[in-house]
Amino acid sequence: MAFLSVRDLVVAYGAIQAVRGVSFEVERGQIVSLIGSNGAGKTTTLRTVSGLLRPVSGEIVLDGTPIHTLPAHEILSLGVAHSPEGRRLFARMSVEENLRLGAYTRKDEAGVLKDIQRVYDLFPVLGERRMNKAGLFSGGEQQMLAIGRALMSSPKLLMLDEPSMGLSPIMTQKIFDTVKELRDAGTTVLLVEQNALSALALSDHAYVIDLGRTTLSGTGRELLADPRVQEAYLGEAASA
Amino acid sequence: MLSTFLSQIANGLVLGSLIALIALGYTMVYGIITLINFAHGEIFMVGAYGGLASMTYLLPTVITQRWYFALPIVLVVGALVSILVAVAMERFAYRPLRNAPRLAPLITALGVSVALQEAVRVFYPGATAAIPFPDLFIQGTLIIPIGDGVPIRYTGILLIVLSLVLAFGLERFVERTRMGRAMRATSQDRDVARLMGINPDRVIVLTFAIGGALAGIAGVLYGSYLNNINIDMGFQNGIFAFTAAVLGGIGNIRGAVIGGLVIGLVKALGGQYLPGGTAYDYVWIFVVLIIVLVFRPQGFFGETERVRA
Repeated sequence: MAFLSVRDLVVAYGAIQAVRGVSFEVERGQIVSLIGSNGAGKTTTLRTVSGLLRPVSGEIVLDGTPIHTLPAHEILSLGVAHSPEGRRLFARMSVEENLRLGAYTRKDEAGVLKDIQRVYDLFPVLGERRMNKAGLFSGGEQQMLAIGRALMSSPKLLMLDEPSMGLSPIMTQKIFDTVKELRDAGTTVLLVEQNALSALALSDHAYVIDLGRTTLSGTGRELLADPRVQEAYLGEAASA
Repeated sequence: MLSTFLSQIANGLVLGSLIALIALGYTMVYGIITLINFAHGEIFMVGAYGGLASMTYLLPTVITQRWYFALPIVLVVGALVSILVAVAMERFAYRPLRNAPRLAPLITALGVSVALQEAVRVFYPGATAAIPFPDLFIQGTLIIPIGDGVPIRYTGILLIVLSLVLAFGLERFVERTRMGRAMRATSQDRDVARLMGINPDRVIVLTFAIGGALAGIAGVLYGSYLNNINIDMGFQNGIFAFTAAVLGGIGNIRGAVIGGLVIGLVKALGGQYLPGGTAYDYVWIFVVLIIVLVFRPQGFFGETERVRA
């Protein structure tokens, strides 16, 4: 059985249905991407998985446990970390405080210190400026911190929403390389991306979401080769 | 001349520390849920009545006659009564309106304020008029030997010292502890705080409780210093405290303290030296508020809103 399984998810903001039938599965140890154009419902889907939104109907099952009725802070304790769209750092707090907030639910001080050091090893620029306010960093550095913060809860499932947004191609590559390293170290990753080309190249499995529904799925390679995907998303991504 | 000036400074500092204690509750609640809790002045008022009730009806004379027993007990009782009222207010009046338009909780706050005043008036024996309140600290006045001597009551000194210690302790708590960090996180971005595993309901209850404790302590000290209390005390001092919080930069702890002290000093010195005397001290307070807000709309320590990417 899949580690995370989302079935027939419907989510609405008031009368407007943003997600109207999304289903997908994430296997343990994989990178799975949700791709699709702006407004397709990818971010809404992630926000529902992490408990910020309640679905109208459908199911979200994590490791055999239905989680779609739990509050967000309990879903985090079950091992789901969510790095939200736009990074949403605590801008007036230091790098170190942002990381400590990522570890808010953990009681093992020694382990927390070790993991802070691990984030600094992963992104040395954060370690050099650990006392600086997060709001003063560049977009790429902020993204590193956002990923680092999400890692601090030692999640089993790491969800990243548009980690490449606003980043240079070099920085995007660096972030995606890191995502791959995390997967190789055993973290399961659910990635939402508009940058379909890079996301598919990285993914073990991917789903296309269009107008609030999952329309296609396959391995990253299969979707890259799929003419429907090429026409709808890759041309757009290449020219963007 | 000098000693008149210095005694007004002393008066201003006493009043200012009292206002600062109340202002901390306004500023903390605003910081977390962006609500101006207009009923916060009444939390201060019920603390004073709660403390007085314990003196009058509960504690044996062997305790009430010794200030070193009575003072800490009455302060704790006042704080507990205020915490209870503040937490109940959050739970039953504000939490159901968490996602309502912002005007709804604001109007509710005004309603809660009136309800609490009336409840005390109806149910507290003799509360239709002002009630005498005993001085709970060492009786008497210290004369600071400057000029002709500057008098300040021991209770006034206690008020200044205790307020500053509590405000300093609160700032340390918010800056240094895990729970304090959770409060700041909730204040900056509630959804992301939830993604960190923080339960915002707990943070909000804690914020109301802390604000309530400080207001209750302020209520008992107020009674102890002025030696009588009435059901309007929350309204008057609540307005001063709210103004102090805005002056200092709402949401900011240090700002609330500085704002409180500035208002205390303006009230005391304005009443002494400016035309109109004490009848006009409110006017000078709001003149200062308006002048400061014209040049620094975010208050002394407030941060300008930054647009997030």
